[in-house]
Amino acid sequence: MGEALQSTLAGKQAVLEGLPEHPAVKAINVWNPDALIGALFDRGELTLTIVPEAIRAAAATVQTAGYNAFEDMTAVDWFPSEPRFQLSYHILSHRYKERIRLRVMVSGTDPAVESITSVWPGSNYYEREVFDLFGIRFDGHPNLRRILMPEDWVGHPLRKDYPVEGYR
Amino acid sequence: MVESVGTPILQAPPAEGAKDQHMVLNMGPQHPSTHGVLRLVLEIDGEIVVRLYPEIGYLHTGIEKTCEAKFYQQVVPLTDRVDYLGPMANNLCYCLAVEKLLQLDIPERAQWIRVLLTELTRLNSHLIWLGTHAMDIGALTVFLYTFREREEILRIFESVSGQRMMTSYFRIGGLAMEPPLDLFDRIQAFIKTFPEKIDEYSNLLTGNPIFRNRLKGVGYLSPEDAVALAVTGPTMRASGIDFDLRRDMPYSGYEKFQFRVPTRTEGDCWARYVVRLDEMRESIGIIQQALDGMPGGPIKADAPKIVLPDREKMKTQMEALIHHFKIVTEGFNVPAGEVYQGIESGHGQMGYYVVSDGTAKPYRVHMRYPGFATLQALETMCKGRMLADVVAVIGSIDIVLGEIDR
Repeated sequence: MGEALQSTLAGKQAVLEGLPEHPAVKAINVWNPDALIGALFDRGELTLTIVPEAIRAAAATVQTAGYNAFEDMTAVDWFPSEPRFQLSYHILSHRYKERIRLRVMVSGTDPAVESITSVWPGSNYYEREVFDLFGIRFDGHPNLRRILMPEDWVGHPLRKDYPVEGYR
Repeated sequence: MVESVGTPILQAPPAEGAKDQHMVLNMGPQHPSTHGVLRLVLEIDGEIVVRLYPEIGYLHTGIEKTCEAKFYQQVVPLTDRVDYLGPMANNLCYCLAVEKLLQLDIPERAQWIRVLLTELTRLNSHLIWLGTHAMDIGALTVFLYTFREREEILRIFESVSGQRMMTSYFRIGGLAMEPPLDLFDRIQAFIKTFPEKIDEYSNLLTGNPIFRNRLKGVGYLSPEDAVALAVTGPTMRASGIDFDLRRDMPYSGYEKFQFRVPTRTEGDCWARYVVRLDEMRESIGIIQQALDGMPGGPIKADAPKIVLPDREKMKTQMEALIHHFKIVTEGFNVPAGEVYQGIESGHGQMGYYVVSDGTAKPYRVHMRYPGFATLQALETMCKGRMLADVVAVIGSIDIVLGEIDR
């Protein structure tokens, strides 16, 4: 990549042209070009935006492409804009010594996305955490319960419309 | 509100094919061998663990939410309190993430001092692990020895930052202040005698038949499971995965240091013990290289709108005074974007995911801590083993509940 490391590549087309040999970009493009709806290469980090319905399959695709280790997963609440929630999956490759970010945008009304626990069982706690603190449902998760807050807690504390002091 | 699905722990039906009624045993949250406030709900068949559910969240303080209401520089002291046994590693990870957002270059001297102190932090973290792990197994003596050395590390931290545990010494753009003049001599004196101390711990434990029998073959984790369950750090390397962020994705100048990454293939508690002991020896090597090659120069980046000016300048120069006032009262704006910065802490891969919307406060700070993921593997390691092995396994994965619950 060399030169590309210093620059910013914004947009799907720019990334496809700038990083055609990138293993993850290539794998996703071969698997289903329509699933990739956006891409960004910024500050040395590659972000691939995936359509929400295809996240599990996209995770399986990058796993086969050599991005073998799930590292982290979390959400960002862009309240009040829509789609409201951004899910960021950070996936590491032990072979390429590199990390990619898969991004999924989820709507604020009845937020739900497919669980990737069948691809990486290690995403179990992370999805529970996002469910607990953001209220996003993960379909197909084996045990989707609150993890950090008490079972009977009302509300999802990391949402932007949740006051820092809690509800009074 | 979104409804939970899944089974509440205590009403879990017995595992299939169970001959007799299984017993559900509650362990913790107040239990000496859970290293904080971890609660385990175990389903046992006699002495054999059938299922195990970790219950966490007792230390959840909402640090990630708190960060969203603070200026970027005010988040640094919060990070100390997450993994309270490795304060410098937390500071480093957060500062590197924000510096990446700002595209700020850090002077070489600051980078080297960061490496030096982060490796000392690793020793600190591993010493506590060794002492408490041995204590869990029943070897009380080692705890007294490891805390003797840890005390010296804490004194070094105190001399450098004024604080023993919550150091906040690394700041965005460099270090808080020039370290004291005798710091390097002091660290040199410490690491000169430290290899003997490691041999001393090793003498107490490695040949001890009780310690060996309690660890060998216990808590096996296969390399496939380690990667699948997002286990990182020494626990992963003890299962035979040769990956270390310091060597493979270097940050803060680690590419200039020579060191070995210890790995084992057994994947049991014993392998984790050996790997961590070897890591301590490697850390001494890194500290020695940092001391020998310590470059001169400034310890803060040349960015007056981001880095607080020196006290002396602030009192004599109008510009510096204005910058100081502006940074303290209004913070500094960080260009919009998102970054993920991973580092290798004492427990494994730590990561900070910082999202900026262009204002002076972070829009979102997410902390990835190794213990959270490692805890998922606990059931895999303990299933089908004796109840007493659970204690040995918890000790061997080196968890800190502060970092798990955040």
